[in-house]
Amino acid sequence: MAAGLSAVDASPATTSPQPEPRQARPARGRKQHLLDFADWSREELMALLDTTDVMAQVLTRTIKKVPALQGMTVATLFFEDSTRTRLSFDRAARAQSADVMSFAAGGSSLAKGESLRDTLRTLDQLQADLYVVRHPVAGVPYQLTRWTDAAIVNAGDGRRAHPTQALLDAYTFRQRFGGGASAFEGKRLAIVGDVEHSRVARSNAELFTKLGAEVVLCGPATLLPREFAALPGVSVTHRLEEAVEGADAVMALRLQQERMTRGLLPSLAEYVARYQLTERVMRSAAEGAIVMHPGPLVRDLEVASDVADGERSVIEQQVANGVPVRMAVLYTLLVGQR
Amino acid sequence: MSRVVFRGAHLVDGAGDHGVHDLYVNGGVVEGVDLGGEVDREVETAGALLTPAFLDLHTHLRDPGQEQKEDLSSGLAAAAAGGFGTVVSMANTDPVVDEPGLVTDLVRRAARLGQARLRPAAALSRGLAGDRLTDFAALQAAGAVMITDDGIPVADSHLMRRACEYAAELGLVIQTHSEEPSLRAGGVMHEGAVSRRLGLPGNPDAAEALMIFRDGELARLTGARVHIAHVSSKRGMQVAEQLKADGAPITIEVTPHHLTLTDEALASFDPLYKVAPPLRTADDVAYLRDAVRRGVVDNIGTDHAPHTRAEKERDLLSAPFGIANLEVTFPLLYTELVLTGELGLPTLLHLLQDGPARVMGWEPPRLVPGAPADLTLLDLEAELPVEGRSFRSKAKWTPWEGERLRGWPRVTMVGGVLAFERGALAPA
Repeated sequence: MAAGLSAVDASPATTSPQPEPRQARPARGRKQHLLDFADWSREELMALLDTTDVMAQVLTRTIKKVPALQGMTVATLFFEDSTRTRLSFDRAARAQSADVMSFAAGGSSLAKGESLRDTLRTLDQLQADLYVVRHPVAGVPYQLTRWTDAAIVNAGDGRRAHPTQALLDAYTFRQRFGGGASAFEGKRLAIVGDVEHSRVARSNAELFTKLGAEVVLCGPATLLPREFAALPGVSVTHRLEEAVEGADAVMALRLQQERMTRGLLPSLAEYVARYQLTERVMRSAAEGAIVMHPGPLVRDLEVASDVADGERSVIEQQVANGVPVRMAVLYTLLVGQR
Repeated sequence: MSRVVFRGAHLVDGAGDHGVHDLYVNGGVVEGVDLGGEVDREVETAGALLTPAFLDLHTHLRDPGQEQKEDLSSGLAAAAAGGFGTVVSMANTDPVVDEPGLVTDLVRRAARLGQARLRPAAALSRGLAGDRLTDFAALQAAGAVMITDDGIPVADSHLMRRACEYAAELGLVIQTHSEEPSLRAGGVMHEGAVSRRLGLPGNPDAAEALMIFRDGELARLTGARVHIAHVSSKRGMQVAEQLKADGAPITIEVTPHHLTLTDEALASFDPLYKVAPPLRTADDVAYLRDAVRRGVVDNIGTDHAPHTRAEKERDLLSAPFGIANLEVTFPLLYTELVLTGELGLPTLLHLLQDGPARVMGWEPPRLVPGAPADLTLLDLEAELPVEGRSFRSKAKWTPWEGERLRGWPRVTMVGGVLAFERGALAPA
């Protein structure tokens, strides 16, 4: 285990070496975790997006660092490889002067068949204030909350949830359309592709409906089972034209190549023909509609290149917004909002 | 062997309610009522219900080879604590119980423990591999009472047909874990709105219904007595009922957890609730309860399936299937079904006594002179919280932790020996 663990001191540029008393871990009872959005009210989520505005401003300064989380330790616990997400959290923590420890168990024998409690209890001796957890199986971040007093941020668990991705998508959306508390009212988000296997789809559906938008899910029935229509505020269609028509934002999901081998799709060509976002199909979207993709983008598969590179595309802004959103999440959980 | 009296007990068995009497046990059998005379031990019952000890046709004792989960001693003690006097152990151990010597060994070791009686099941296929039949006749001669690959559905319909034919000839009961494997696939919970929401791979009710249909048809075709284990879904039950109505020689089992828990429990992401077949919807639970009321169900089998704490603290894909429930089965069902007025107490007792006996072709247990003194004394009044740490089972964790239940077994006697005693008892 020690081999996978590397503590890195991220002392801010401008501090005295005077040791501060350790910040107490957040007390049980207040809002402690970001696992999904079930426990978060619309007001709290809007406040998170407002905090993101502040963090984004910090990142435009010459010295992109504030002492907000000085003396606190954030541990990234990645049981599944994801360099981009881990680096984004890492940057978000360091930009607020937190110390960062990273534990990577992806691909190792540790990832399978271990007692999660045993793993966490060991790591817990290192006194992190917050864990950022990524795991290939749904529910692991929820399970971990039972065995630690530290805060837990779900950085993606199986097909279940990826709340910071959804928050950065919502932030990107609000950035584009403006408006404060009512930015999402009466708006429509279409999510296209492999919904069944997508934590991004689940989290976005949950967040956007909670913020007041309408969500349409679209994909072939093998990747979009009808039970999704049971989600509140969500409708389901298997026709791309129907999903895109009048939509303010269209999000294409990643399509894993392995889906083809499991009988879920007849062929890539058939998928592209039916569900690729093209200029032609985007013409029926609402005026000023945007195109989103959680990345990494496989060109001319989920999205035609001209759309991905066109003026509707906000794919690059999504990536850029990852850090301020995660800064806001860490800040809110470790320091609090109001 | 000592002479024991249960003083002032309310005697109930499958033949009816016999009122309050002193019941005497002598030489391992029921001697009679209100006899008087010297006794070695007096059990003051204060009017509690004295009834034949329960029979469980579906218990995973994990012995041999998985003693970290359970062994004969802990498992049979857990059975006695749950009011069970006889259990049929499943064969999915390590090694698999697929040879006569293993059956003999289990029977011999269990007999020494003075806990619940053990009547082992043997595997249907060698190593549970699903391709070659075990030696049914030799296994039966060694003491096996049932043939089953429980835990692993028999995928090959031809093999299942031959097993049915062979078992029919020997008068053996075949028990089936009816789930179509390629449809069940990697499902860890019921497939439906909840599994979609949670992002966990689902196991559809169609997988169960399909396989129950196949197994019932093979029973009809061959005349074998096929016991459909742990029917969990409305569709599965409807198919089983129809087959039964059509005259297929099948019997139907349900478990305590499928009668009381739903797939919503998985929203906690706690692998304690991971079980095969999976917990279904409230609609399925209601239908199973209705089937029980209508007399379609033959027995309640616990499917007691203990695992270590560490195994149940894995992620939901790698954690093993199973709930350990021997010790809460009666209080749970008494509290949730009988006390709520959904089910009569005689029906619940039937499903744990005469029902399973009939499935196996055994004498229904009775409180009559000469009958084996396998008895359980049930306290229907005291309400106690479920406390996993007090379980005799090695699996000291339970979905019902902290729930306040009534109907706890106070004493269980097996063959005239007090195998279990809870709480204060009058000294002998």
